[in-house]
Amino acid sequence: MQNFEYIAPNSAIAAAQALSPKQGLTAVLAGGTDLLSLMKERVETPTRVVSLRNIAALRGVTKQGGGLRIGAMATVQDLLDSKAAAGYASLLQAARGITAPQVRAMGTVAGDLLQRPRCWYYRNGYGLLAMHDGKALVPSGENRYHAILGNKGPAYFVNASSLAPALISLGAQVTVAGPEGERSMALADLFQIPSSASERENTLEPNEIVTEITVPSASGWKTGTYEVRQRQLLDWPLVTASVALRMRGNRVSDARVVLGHVAPIPWRSSEAETALNGQAANESSGEAAGKAAVSAATPLSQNSAKVQLATIAVKRAVAMAG
Amino acid sequence: MATKYDWPAAEDRSLIGKRHNRVDGPAKARGAAKYSYDRNLDGMLFAKLVTSTVPHGRIVGIDTSRAEKAPGYKGHVNILNVGDEVQWAGAEILAICADTEEHVRDAAAAVTVLYESMPHWVKDEDVEKAGTANRVQPAKDDTKGPDLEEAWKSADATVEGYYGLAVITHCCLEPHGQVVDWTGDDITVYASTQAVARIPGDLAKGLSRDENIGTVAPDSVHVITPYMGGGFGSKFNIDTWGIACAKLSKMTGKPVKLMLDRDEELMVAGGRPSDFGNIKIGAKKDGTLVAYESETWSTGGIAGRGSPPVPYVYNNEERLAQKARHLNVSTNIGPARAWRAPNHPQAAVLTMCPMEDLAAKLDMNPVDFFKKNADLTARPEVYRYEIDKCAEMIGWSDKWHKRGDSGSGPVKRGLGMSLHTWGGRPHDSTCEVRIQPDGGVSVNMASQDLGVGTYTTLSVIAAETLGLQIPDITVNIGSSKLPISGASGGSTTVGGTTASTRRATVNALDELKAVVAEALEADAADLVAKDGKVFSKTDSSKSLSWAEACRKLGNRTITGQGKQPDRNGGKLNDSGVGGVQMADVSVDVETGIVSINKIAAVQDVGLVICLEQCESQVYGSLIQGVAWALYEESIYDQTTGKMLNPDMEFYKLPGAGDIGELEVHMVQNKYDDRGVIGIGEPPAISPGAAISNAVANAIGVRVPTLPLTPDKVLAALADA
Repeated sequence: MQNFEYIAPNSAIAAAQALSPKQGLTAVLAGGTDLLSLMKERVETPTRVVSLRNIAALRGVTKQGGGLRIGAMATVQDLLDSKAAAGYASLLQAARGITAPQVRAMGTVAGDLLQRPRCWYYRNGYGLLAMHDGKALVPSGENRYHAILGNKGPAYFVNASSLAPALISLGAQVTVAGPEGERSMALADLFQIPSSASERENTLEPNEIVTEITVPSASGWKTGTYEVRQRQLLDWPLVTASVALRMRGNRVSDARVVLGHVAPIPWRSSEAETALNGQAANESSGEAAGKAAVSAATPLSQNSAKVQLATIAVKRAVAMAG
Repeated sequence: MATKYDWPAAEDRSLIGKRHNRVDGPAKARGAAKYSYDRNLDGMLFAKLVTSTVPHGRIVGIDTSRAEKAPGYKGHVNILNVGDEVQWAGAEILAICADTEEHVRDAAAAVTVLYESMPHWVKDEDVEKAGTANRVQPAKDDTKGPDLEEAWKSADATVEGYYGLAVITHCCLEPHGQVVDWTGDDITVYASTQAVARIPGDLAKGLSRDENIGTVAPDSVHVITPYMGGGFGSKFNIDTWGIACAKLSKMTGKPVKLMLDRDEELMVAGGRPSDFGNIKIGAKKDGTLVAYESETWSTGGIAGRGSPPVPYVYNNEERLAQKARHLNVSTNIGPARAWRAPNHPQAAVLTMCPMEDLAAKLDMNPVDFFKKNADLTARPEVYRYEIDKCAEMIGWSDKWHKRGDSGSGPVKRGLGMSLHTWGGRPHDSTCEVRIQPDGGVSVNMASQDLGVGTYTTLSVIAAETLGLQIPDITVNIGSSKLPISGASGGSTTVGGTTASTRRATVNALDELKAVVAEALEADAADLVAKDGKVFSKTDSSKSLSWAEACRKLGNRTITGQGKQPDRNGGKLNDSGVGGVQMADVSVDVETGIVSINKIAAVQDVGLVICLEQCESQVYGSLIQGVAWALYEESIYDQTTGKMLNPDMEFYKLPGAGDIGELEVHMVQNKYDDRGVIGIGEPPAISPGAAISNAVANAIGVRVPTLPLTPDKVLAALADA
């Protein structure tokens, strides 16, 4: 780990002001479950680490209006323990997929959203785009866990968040603070597919921090998350899918389908949503939605199994919602 | 001929064969047990390796100038030099030390090594591609038994299939390494090792090669390893890092700690060779096996690796026609080391999986098929008994169904089985048992407890022999200054150390009896040590408590010596065991996820010393087996030649929720007359084959290679 300066300001604005506007010079520390290992491996080498631990305003999972407010420093365990989150079935199902008590206790909800990709080329120091001698390593390399959608290049990694698909399907907003003040956006807009080495997988400025996530009421929605995971022990999802279905009678009037671990961003599938709208939520519509979700998939040399897994994840998420 | 050293008759055993808690358990649970990694000496420096970043190349420059200016830098020693060739990424180039762990990491990162790159190859499964890269060495055919052509003609059913398993690592939870304290002429080494008595000579030889150091006497080296955190066959030698660590200690005059990082541990300090192969196997209508033919290939790193012992267990050379051809694939990956039952787990997969496929083709229940052919094994009766016992434990007759006939719904359940064998001949061992005037008893030898129960088994032997209880015995092992005992590898320790301990204890007791006989005016031959007393079996009035008996020693300490082997020392051990394992799995055919419901294991090991520690060895083997059956795999990238998963994140191991129910049955009171036989290896062999067979039974098709990951399960289903 490279030496760094550590500071822990007590307001979000102060934290943002302590961050460099240049990428990579400073880092934000929340639970540290991802950042510390990246620093130990020297994948991240910030000269200043800004801890959010002293900012009381960033804590808590609370009711807000008819919805839910999740402070950026709320841990996954806080979310699971919260009465306020009880009505958000798909979100809690996704959180339970983070099986390690240690990660639940230390890892934050915002940290889950902003953790860097688990791509083993990235983690071994080949950069977010996994380049070596000017050549992209993933397409002809070990890509069993990589993207099947949104993978035209130069990015092939998958977004690592367990919670983002559920939150996006629930219509979550995210608030971020910069040195000049706050701004809000749809959570989906926090993520991007980098088009060059100078871009990251999220749209935050280097000196912005997430302060809170808000989720509208889920009343009237049927929701479900299904995660395909190999082990009961802490393991990354092979594929995950979250659905939120607003019902009119026994028909779906508004479907939201978001897949995780299939693309460099949480992947909202309009094809799957179209397949569900106007249908009853059942096995056959779930299966049709699953197939629609991967209709545009372009698997790499080793990850065609993920196409099947994505189909099944959507089908089973619909079943969980129903 | 019976001797006084023989194991007590069954009715006279009060401790042997019973369940006893691990005597070192409380110290480990409290954190009081100090492993090599836990040693922090006054003034100690921290060392770190600088390793090769290329998979193959010649070193053309090593620049340490920036590192030497780094804060806290104390010194470095080269392991390789300019002009040397590196053959795998992670190869050790130099070791550097500094005052703190943080500083040494910074200093190591400041070293620049330049390479002239050379062609590399890291892939083993695609043997044709490896051949085009000139990485395959041809091997000769090995033919045994009846005429193969005739045998194939006589077969009513044949199966030809592709099977295999990937390179895995040892992944010791305590990585390789040591703390070395070189003071004056004394070199103290806290080594994480399976061979306490071997390390002094190994280190002295390695150091003496350096002309700046000159001759080092093995007796100046003291190895101290009271506890160690796993070796599995990978920790027999001092290794380059141990020699470098000692040199740094001499250079700086300080104790130096050099333990490998997790990535180094996985890249260079352990590796089990792969095996892949096309197997053809044939039987008559009634299930009688007639022929087995294999073309296999594998890698164990740059030097490759020998052929697996196939066909496995079912290998009668008079009745089974056999032909084996093995190709050696040379790869630029970390070199293989002995991995718990070297070559046997691979051979089990390459034999037991085709056998279950053939049983399915013959429409036979595998239990019947494996029993029917038991005469082709070296222990037909043992295996028939163990198959029946294991089948009862797993509920085979109720749960087994024909292959693929596993009902509706996406989750399919299936059963599979495998057999194994191992030698487990005892290693050489010398033991000194001391009886003190205050009644204290110690067992002393330069053995080691890898976490397997050596402290406990030796306590059982001494206590049983002296009529005492386990807490009455002190076991001193883990020091090279003690009487020499063998390295712990190949399931040789329990047989060797219990025999030398038994003989030493009997000899020590004889001396005590002579003293007591004089005091009690009894015949020493009439004296018995039992229930904490020494008494005459002919005159019950002549009796002393253990403490009183020992007090008669005055100020004298008794030392009893014992050896293994010892021709006149009774028959205390043997080699050669059989075991059977059966797995019950569920497979989600939509996602390809395999989960373990239960594994049952039946194992004979001759005379069981401590039932609990013996069972623990089997439990550990089964858990390790679930790991390599379902998860473990060293994944290498051909372009960069790097291992991509040298971590515990994507080098996947199971957790408690992944291993299912494990049931172990040790065969006792059946083969006790054979004496003690090793247990470390045998149960580690069959899990992969049994689990693979259970998956085939569940889903109706063979998933050819291990680990049985979801992508492979789905591909096998799609191909069907």
